[in-house]
Amino acid sequence: MTGIDVAMMFGKIGLIFLMVLLPFAVYSTLVERKVSAWNQNRYGPNRVGPWGLLQPLADGIKFFFKEELVPDGASPLLFKLAPALSAAPAMLTIAIVPVTFPVLVEGRQFAMSIADIDVAVPFFLAMGSFAVYGILLGAWASNSRYSLLAGLRSSAQMISYELAMFLSVVTVVLLAGSMNLTEIFLAQTPNATLGQETSGLWNVFRFPVGTIAFVVFLIAAFAETNRHPFDMVERETEPVGGFHTEHSSMKFALFFIGEYAAMLTMSALITTLFFGGPSLFGLVASMESPWLRAGVGFAVFITKLAVFQFLFIWVRWTLPRFRWDQVLHLGWKVLLPVSIVNLLLAGALVVWGVY
Amino acid sequence: MATKVVRRPELTFWEKLYLPQIYCGLKITFRHFFKNLGLHIAHRLGRLKHLRASITYQYPEELRPLMSRYRSRHRLTLRDDKTPRCVGCMLCETVCPAKCITIVPGEHPDPHVEKYPIRFDIDLGICVYCGYCVEVCPEDAIRMDTGILDLAAYSREAMRLDIHELMDPELRKPVNDCSLTFPHTCKVHGGDMKGSWDGIAKTAD
Repeated sequence: MTGIDVAMMFGKIGLIFLMVLLPFAVYSTLVERKVSAWNQNRYGPNRVGPWGLLQPLADGIKFFFKEELVPDGASPLLFKLAPALSAAPAMLTIAIVPVTFPVLVEGRQFAMSIADIDVAVPFFLAMGSFAVYGILLGAWASNSRYSLLAGLRSSAQMISYELAMFLSVVTVVLLAGSMNLTEIFLAQTPNATLGQETSGLWNVFRFPVGTIAFVVFLIAAFAETNRHPFDMVERETEPVGGFHTEHSSMKFALFFIGEYAAMLTMSALITTLFFGGPSLFGLVASMESPWLRAGVGFAVFITKLAVFQFLFIWVRWTLPRFRWDQVLHLGWKVLLPVSIVNLLLAGALVVWGVY
Repeated sequence: MATKVVRRPELTFWEKLYLPQIYCGLKITFRHFFKNLGLHIAHRLGRLKHLRASITYQYPEELRPLMSRYRSRHRLTLRDDKTPRCVGCMLCETVCPAKCITIVPGEHPDPHVEKYPIRFDIDLGICVYCGYCVEVCPEDAIRMDTGILDLAAYSREAMRLDIHELMDPELRKPVNDCSLTFPHTCKVHGGDMKGSWDGIAKTAD
């Protein structure tokens, strides 16, 4: 590991943290409220700063100065640990997502993800399973039966949707022939400059397997991030406020940030796995200068990310919730068989050389 | 045994698939979103002000239009010479179901008028806004058409409107200055009679 490695590592961490994670996780709260307001013919927050742009800051200050309550009979350590456990996996997963094309520094190629690991897909799946701990522990440690109910529902839901999600990711891995996310998106880029023969089609357009995998992944992503219409965790009508009923001040804010970070991570993964990451039908990839290509690719990636983030919010303010049994029915009896058949079909198509 | 069999409609295949229905729903919210987004931007640029981007009102800055018959805060109507039209007949005080009106009548110099209110208080803290006082008044001397809705005060005493505030709806508490030109008792003057009929009663003829 040379100095250039360390410099690139810090550069990438700084870039992804400052340009992707922070603005998206923080401003998603404002965007969510604004979009919901405009969908419902309201104004949305417009008091703090111009057009309400400083609202997240005001919320943050408010959360910092709120009283922190630990209920009687709560398990203090786990109660305090749970918010961090719920936010950390989502933020860790963003580390494996390549935000743009690899860049050349002093003749060496650097993949533009914080951790360019070859086991990216298993890592993401492991972190996805890990996310349930934050919610379940937070729910159990608060010693509130409403929270516990919400936590149980959440864990059951996440476990059932993980399977369908894993299988649709495996379909993508079959199509791309790699578990490294950089190679997965380069496989969707025409005339990739990395000496790889690719058809250059986005996975979502590889009909039918890629499209079906995308739909299954999208639905499972909504369930995994506990967003509408699958937010069994915080459905206000049943288990009061859900798993974070007893959590106040910054602990609640951390759960909130965790939810938005998970949304962001899912958007990033959808972009990378199905929509070619930073590539745009070969327009970006065919640029001569690697730095220009990386810059434009980053802008394309951020745009796609924002579109999917918007989709998450848009769906939330359109659809009603599923009933609890309907959620499990959809997960086990529809998505799981569909994704298994899809995986087999994808395998057959790859073996026959169609893709 | 009367049994009613409720037949739930069977969902068709496409309805069971959810996705087309979700697409229809998303289309509706998307249309609203872009219409409102465009209108908000147009409003910022000073265009299309006649089209509302929202059905909610930004309350302190933007008041909701009231119906013309809406019963808001009371006011006493005036004669041409700025004296109250009220003749102190006590009908409103009598009809008031909440007993929130207090009138002290005095003798008017004009023999055709007989009486006028030396004091006229309405306690908004107990008023029920029934509008009977307006209906019963033979002189059209009290109305509830000021459009004033924000009646909050820090004390019950501050909820009592005296003749200053009733005659001039623009006036807000605390009232430190009395510009009324006819004899009356008011809190500003510690309950003393102030003003005179000089120059007023003559023009009334």
